[in-house]
Amino acid sequence: MSESMRIHHHFEIRWGMVIDIDKCTGCGACVVACQAENNIPPNPDPFDRMRDPHWLIVYKLSNHKKFPEHDTAYLPRPCMQCGNPSCASVCPVIATTKDEEGGIVSQIYPRCIGCRYCMAACPYHSRVFNWFDPVWPEGMDKTLTPFVSTRPRGVVEKCTFCHHRWQIAKEEARKRGENPMHLDEQAYIPACAEVCPTGAIHFGDLHNPEHIVHKLARSPYAFRILENLGTEPQVYYLSRRDWVRKQGDNHFRQEEKKNS
Amino acid sequence: MSKKKKIGLLPFAAGFAAALVFGWNIFPQILYSNKGQPTTFSHTGHLNHTQKDLQDLDCVDCHYYRADGSFAGTPSLESCAECHNEPLTGVPSEQTFVSEYVKKDKQVPWNTYQGQPDNVYFSHIAHDTYECTECHQDMENADSLPPYYENKLTGYSRDIMKMHECERCHARENTSNACYLCHK
Repeated sequence: MSESMRIHHHFEIRWGMVIDIDKCTGCGACVVACQAENNIPPNPDPFDRMRDPHWLIVYKLSNHKKFPEHDTAYLPRPCMQCGNPSCASVCPVIATTKDEEGGIVSQIYPRCIGCRYCMAACPYHSRVFNWFDPVWPEGMDKTLTPFVSTRPRGVVEKCTFCHHRWQIAKEEARKRGENPMHLDEQAYIPACAEVCPTGAIHFGDLHNPEHIVHKLARSPYAFRILENLGTEPQVYYLSRRDWVRKQGDNHFRQEEKKNS
Repeated sequence: MSKKKKIGLLPFAAGFAAALVFGWNIFPQILYSNKGQPTTFSHTGHLNHTQKDLQDLDCVDCHYYRADGSFAGTPSLESCAECHNEPLTGVPSEQTFVSEYVKKDKQVPWNTYQGQPDNVYFSHIAHDTYECTECHQDMENADSLPPYYENKLTGYSRDIMKMHECERCHARENTSNACYLCHK
């Protein structure tokens, strides 16, 4: 990536997620929590991917070996909130940017024209397009989260690290007379991290040494997906298994020789 | 020559004036409907009670921050019913309020002058250092509620805070104007 393509932003806070793949059982609770929290309509046909505007999805990894060496792993994939977001640089209407403190890539639905350049640009497939207007079965509209706006047909949406929870946490900190820019680790947690039964998803400020993610992201077992692209994701993964870490990136043949 | 020119300008001037009248007077009357409020309310009557045995209220008694820092905005029926469970005065509007809403346990469908769209987030407590009247009408000495104008096309209030107004103040105060500061 050329230097001119890089978006240089310095944020005091850099919200990050560290997902321990070795702890993930693939139960899918994070996916359900995400859908309920972010007003994602229920899918009448779960096999119809066009009708499934998932923000968070769990991928199954395999080492492609026969028993007894066979091994699997599960990889939950939210939006990576890249340091150099390829979606933001291609958006023709500035509906998606990375300009706010915290480093969460924004997505403004009324501004989005639905051209889907960002979907083509995102190397993580974190973005989904609304082909249909959302439909909630009768009575289920009462379960909608009031802090998250609903999206009409024709716009792109993606994971926001439950950004509204940060806004709520800042309000609470202000009420208590605390500094809203220096939140406690437990004050702001996305729905997926909160619900994870094995505690595989850690969340916090990567710049704040008091937060566990600060330490975990610097672990020798930490890696990011497709790091070679230079997107600088704010989502880190942990695994003690070599084959899992190796699948995190597509290496050129000459690089593989160097690494092995 | 000059006289001819002046006569030639006349239709343009007349058309300009007609367009101004249409744009400034007639069109807003077509676009906005005066919906008013479901029931009357006197701010002065609550702040300074004429009857001696009733306690004077303060603004924050009804418009307060909740424990989590969110702003209560317009008081709920429960807040009103704390005092108005039974009619306190002989004012007929209070009696209809008690019989129509309190006795029927029905929330008053107040029209919010500054009700923002679904995708906008605003934190009152973040703007706590400013006077309320910098954005809101001063209701301290108002005996009645101001008219509520609704945009017939969008359904939003006419007096809503516009995005450029938010941005202008943020720019002036050297605060971030990032999208996610106010959008959700």
